Amino acid sequence: MSLITVERKVLESNNAIAEENRLVLHGKKIFSINMVSSPGSGKTSIIEKTVLNLKDKVNIGFIVGDLQTSLDAERIDKLGIPSVQIVTNGACHLDASLVRNAYKELSNLDIDFLIIENVGNLVCTAEYDLGEHLKVVVSSVTEGDDKPLKYPIIFRKSMALILNKIDLLPYLTGSIDVLRTNALSVNPKLQVFETSCISGVGIDEWCNWLLRQIAFSKDNIP
Amino acid sequence: MHEVSIAQNIIEIVNSYLPEPNNVDVKTVNVKVGVFTSIMPDALRFGYEVLTHGTHLQNSVLNIEEVSLKVKCNICGVETGAEPSFIFCNSCGSVDVAILEGTELNISDIEIINN
Repeated sequence: MSLITVERKVLESNNAIAEENRLVLHGKKIFSINMVSSPGSGKTSIIEKTVLNLKDKVNIGFIVGDLQTSLDAERIDKLGIPSVQIVTNGACHLDASLVRNAYKELSNLDIDFLIIENVGNLVCTAEYDLGEHLKVVVSSVTEGDDKPLKYPIIFRKSMALILNKIDLLPYLTGSIDVLRTNALSVNPKLQVFETSCISGVGIDEWCNWLLRQIAFSKDNIP
Repeated sequence: MHEVSIAQNIIEIVNSYLPEPNNVDVKTVNVKVGVFTSIMPDALRFGYEVLTHGTHLQNSVLNIEEVSLKVKCNICGVETGAEPSFIFCNSCGSVDVAILEGTELNISDIEIINN
């Protein structure tokens, strides 16, 4: 019996492509976010509101992954934003090579801000670096206030948390304070926003924070 | 169920160490999986078995060492264990901690017999 020492990361090939993606985006001074949530949390609705709020201030590009259909890309495309749909045909997450291929369709455009909407999944998406600058996790208040404790990895890896659908709070028994406390116990550094895409509350605050991130990265991207 | 694609990554890396796969019997592939990953060991073993069936790795075993969470407190400096949903310093209670161990998803080594 002999032993071959390996000591390598299983996801090293994905991580290498993610790093290439990051370098390409850096080179073009594009700030990018990877938006992750469970299905139906309202990611695409938040992106629609974000686009309407920011499209006169920054040039936005959009990449979205779903198991089937191009419905989400069509929604954002209607707002005048160049959009690329990745159909994963059953895969539960985006990976760096899928994003690299999708970005080719946007590479000739003048973009400041790339929004990547991941497949609706709080588990598998946590393992795959896409080359984004930061992850944003969306959790709608209807999902219950225990989700950060049940899916701690994605909450720990994200920089911002959007608590969406707060217009429905009067109809729920769960507490947004408990939800916020649970999220901050898993990741004390989370920037937390409370939003409703129906009333529009919280969208300005979220977008202003994004603008500061975009400006900060423009100054600091080499 | 991304464990199948993770298993595929493992097999590709293992094969890159076997230039002449027919001349060796791979007995064990040793991997480390941290508890703070989105990997379910049983599903990973299942994926490995399915994907190696009928190949030169069919008789090999994927041996998974699970790695517990270990954190270092940024306030008091103590290194302690932690649970994935409750990441804080067991010494002073601070949540301002850095994760030292528990996020691994690595192949350690491969045990082979040369034919």
